[in-house]
Amino acid sequence: MSPPGRAKGEYQSAQREGTPVSLIGASVPRLEDEPLLRGKGRFIDDLHMPGMLEAAFVRSPYAHALVLAIRKDAALAIEGVHAVLVRDDLLPYLRNEYMVVGLPSKDYKQDLNRPALPADEAVHVGQPVAMVIADNRYIAEDAAALVEVDWGPLAAVGDCKAALSADAPKAHRGSPHNLLAEFIMGYGDVDARFAAAKHVFKEQYWQHRGGSHSIECRGTVAVHDGNDGRLTVWTSTQMPHAAQRILCDMLGFDENAVRVVTPDVGGGFGPKLVFYPEDVCVAIGAMIMGRPVKWIEDRLEHFVATTQERDQYWEAEAAVDADGRLLAIRGEVIHDHGAYTARGVNLPYNSAEQIAIGYELPAYRMKVRVALTNKVAVTPVRGAGHPQGVFVMERLLDRIARELKLDRAEVRRRNLVPANKMPYQTGVKSRGGIAIVLDSGDYPRCQEDALVRAGWSDFPPRQAEARKAGRYLGIGIGNFVKGTGRGPFETVTVRIGPSGRILVHTGAAAMGQSTKTMLAQIVCEQLGGDMTNITVVAGDTGTVATGMGGSNSRQAVLAGSSAHTASVKVRNKLIKVASHLLEVGEQDLEIEGRSVLVKGADIKVDFAKVAGAVAGTAGYSLPGGVEPGLEATDSVVIDSMTYANGTAVAEVEVDIETGAVHIVKLVFVHDCGRILHPMIVEGQLLGGIAHGIGNALFEWMRYDDDGQPLCGTLADYLLVTATEMPSIELAHHESPTPLNPLGIKGVGECGVIPIAPAVISAVEDALAPFGARITRTPITPSDIVAMVTPRKT
Amino acid sequence: MAESRSISLKVNGVSYHEDVEVRMTLADFLRHSLELTGTHIGCEHGVCGACTVLVDGRSVRSCLMLAIQANGREVTTIEGVAPSPTELHPIQQALREHHGLQCGFCTPGVVMTLLEFLKDCPNPTEEEVRVAISGNLCRCTGYQGIVDAVLAVAGGKRA
Repeated sequence: MSPPGRAKGEYQSAQREGTPVSLIGASVPRLEDEPLLRGKGRFIDDLHMPGMLEAAFVRSPYAHALVLAIRKDAALAIEGVHAVLVRDDLLPYLRNEYMVVGLPSKDYKQDLNRPALPADEAVHVGQPVAMVIADNRYIAEDAAALVEVDWGPLAAVGDCKAALSADAPKAHRGSPHNLLAEFIMGYGDVDARFAAAKHVFKEQYWQHRGGSHSIECRGTVAVHDGNDGRLTVWTSTQMPHAAQRILCDMLGFDENAVRVVTPDVGGGFGPKLVFYPEDVCVAIGAMIMGRPVKWIEDRLEHFVATTQERDQYWEAEAAVDADGRLLAIRGEVIHDHGAYTARGVNLPYNSAEQIAIGYELPAYRMKVRVALTNKVAVTPVRGAGHPQGVFVMERLLDRIARELKLDRAEVRRRNLVPANKMPYQTGVKSRGGIAIVLDSGDYPRCQEDALVRAGWSDFPPRQAEARKAGRYLGIGIGNFVKGTGRGPFETVTVRIGPSGRILVHTGAAAMGQSTKTMLAQIVCEQLGGDMTNITVVAGDTGTVATGMGGSNSRQAVLAGSSAHTASVKVRNKLIKVASHLLEVGEQDLEIEGRSVLVKGADIKVDFAKVAGAVAGTAGYSLPGGVEPGLEATDSVVIDSMTYANGTAVAEVEVDIETGAVHIVKLVFVHDCGRILHPMIVEGQLLGGIAHGIGNALFEWMRYDDDGQPLCGTLADYLLVTATEMPSIELAHHESPTPLNPLGIKGVGECGVIPIAPAVISAVEDALAPFGARITRTPITPSDIVAMVTPRKT
Repeated sequence: MAESRSISLKVNGVSYHEDVEVRMTLADFLRHSLELTGTHIGCEHGVCGACTVLVDGRSVRSCLMLAIQANGREVTTIEGVAPSPTELHPIQQALREHHGLQCGFCTPGVVMTLLEFLKDCPNPTEEEVRVAISGNLCRCTGYQGIVDAVLAVAGGKRA
């Protein structure tokens, strides 16, 4: 492990163009850190307003039940309880009682949007059916326990494969079946390729990914101003503009009457991009009460009411030639969608798409069935379906290597898209119908670097030696290529006011990924380089009319590009106006700190004076006839995604007595294009890797066959802690993308993606003497003990 | 209304005399009654460590302790750690330098845990650091930056 105080990774970087101020590529201090370190952050539960009331929800204890009656009297009798609201109480305020959030797709068989509160049927444990509003949370929870609900339990379906059988209970009483959507992805003459193939290998896989478990749960605070009718909602969201749009749609408000503000967000990881029933209930609660209302999710609620990623069943079959080169892949996926559509069919789409990118694959067909279950809705968690596709592909490649007695890395090398074919047109399209073109990168070189760093070729003798001593070492590999920077745009405004301070507004949302620092860096690169002279406001719909928010490793790519072009415009105007004020040609000026300077002379004008000059003075002309103000707003449109890639190699030691897996070393070599901030990039990767280790070995949101959750605490749903994190060696390759002005690719999700396949491959390798074959993730100690037991007895 | 008691305690060196409901947790008391919102609540069942504070110098999960149990005791929260509004404590500074925080939600609990740990174990090995913070969940950092920060503060060497 590299020593503390130094960058952990090694950089193989092309020489950058020299600029007078070079913040890009430097690990400048984060703007976010100081208040967070002092306990002065402002998270959703830190907001307090005079007269504020607090809410608690009454939730279904059943996976599927009729809601026959709700009696409020006992709850309302408690001192300090102000209201118990059920669906009928909300309806007068709702133009549309459903959250219409599904991404468009022609593949839906059923529209199942979530209601604010259900009319008469609850379809998963944790679904809210009533909201209590009280003086404080303690009283609200007391009262929630006294709301009497007459439940009529119905048969429920827990497993997504079982859900598609003809005699399965229906997840919704009124649905004809549990098939929410169905589609086939693919290209080429798959069956002909299979018929002509030298070898065909078929496997079945089960995969599970669990929840996001940001350490901060969700929360919402709403204030309704009875005088002007405006609603302000603070919520721990990754997508404030989407929340605003849904609130307007449901409440019948125009966008000028609804402001959504994101406070500090204590981790997002996907589920906070979703708009939830509680959010609209709290907003209506504030309207009804005429007072601020707050709701803060607790961890148990997070387990049952915050969206998750869960199960996929795969059948996948690979056709290869005698040398292990892929000819075609075909198969089927069943995806657990949960009880409602809270995002779309993007997750299984991403999973299926993933098979066809990264490796050269002449023909492909994957049939995807999306199944309804009586569980909370499934939506993206860091990685968003891509880890599952990568897992299947990497496991198939391991199988091919084993069958053909080839080295696992060699099989991959033969199939990876080579650098000389970039840009590489794949056979698949994104969910928005945009052709997937791999824009840049050298995947084989990345893999080779990882192998060398991991000591791949020296490993077999070490493994053999250890086995003689009764120790089971294994090594495994996983490659990934990940679409990042999903468009179409992110809006950024850059402004210098008469104070001389730079202000940045953006529709991008910060949830811990250093978004403010990233934008400040890009803007200051053009505007003097003083990171203490900038304020970044992210995620407030009151400051930017349009915005997308945080998802899909997109914000550095999209918001970063807009920040760059907007700040170049402000820079040009700053120079132009300064040129007029100083009576010096523009070519003789440069920007440094908070001033515009005459090159080589002790003459300058500060930002404040320039901004003041274009702020206008009544009765006087603007200098140089320029437009008023010193600001620019840009929304750079980039439809095509840019593809990051990387290779993980894991070395493990398996204790065959206890089934414990110890990750001895993990090498991660990746390429996210031009690196803006090495420390942040490494932080993003390390967090993702930790999540990936959890997906391989620990995280499992268990339900029984009737949809009852079997996890409800962080003591039985295991997050990786410091003692499970191995020594990690990071290395960075930089292939700038031609798709955006800064050459950057996203990185937020990259760490997680290849980890489960690399770790599982390593465990299988360690247990090769027992003939272990692993086709699932996560694997538990008892799975491992079961794998070695036949040989032991 | 639930039963209340009067308590007296010191928090970050300041004396408070408050009436609190007997069922109120120390975490909620600090956050809502004293408006010291730097102590965060992540799980309310004692696993995540975000709510860690020091009571008479020892770390406790303030979600598992009642406010009335703090009667007569001295509590230190994250707001009481930095020596001044312009300086950070060395642990805070090191976390900053080593990217030991991202969203920052778990950070106050991590800092409080480390304050106690480095007092007990001023020159730890990497393994000792990892064990010490294994009761603080962080979903952002993969813990690497936190470990690096502690070793830098302690002047220790990695194992």
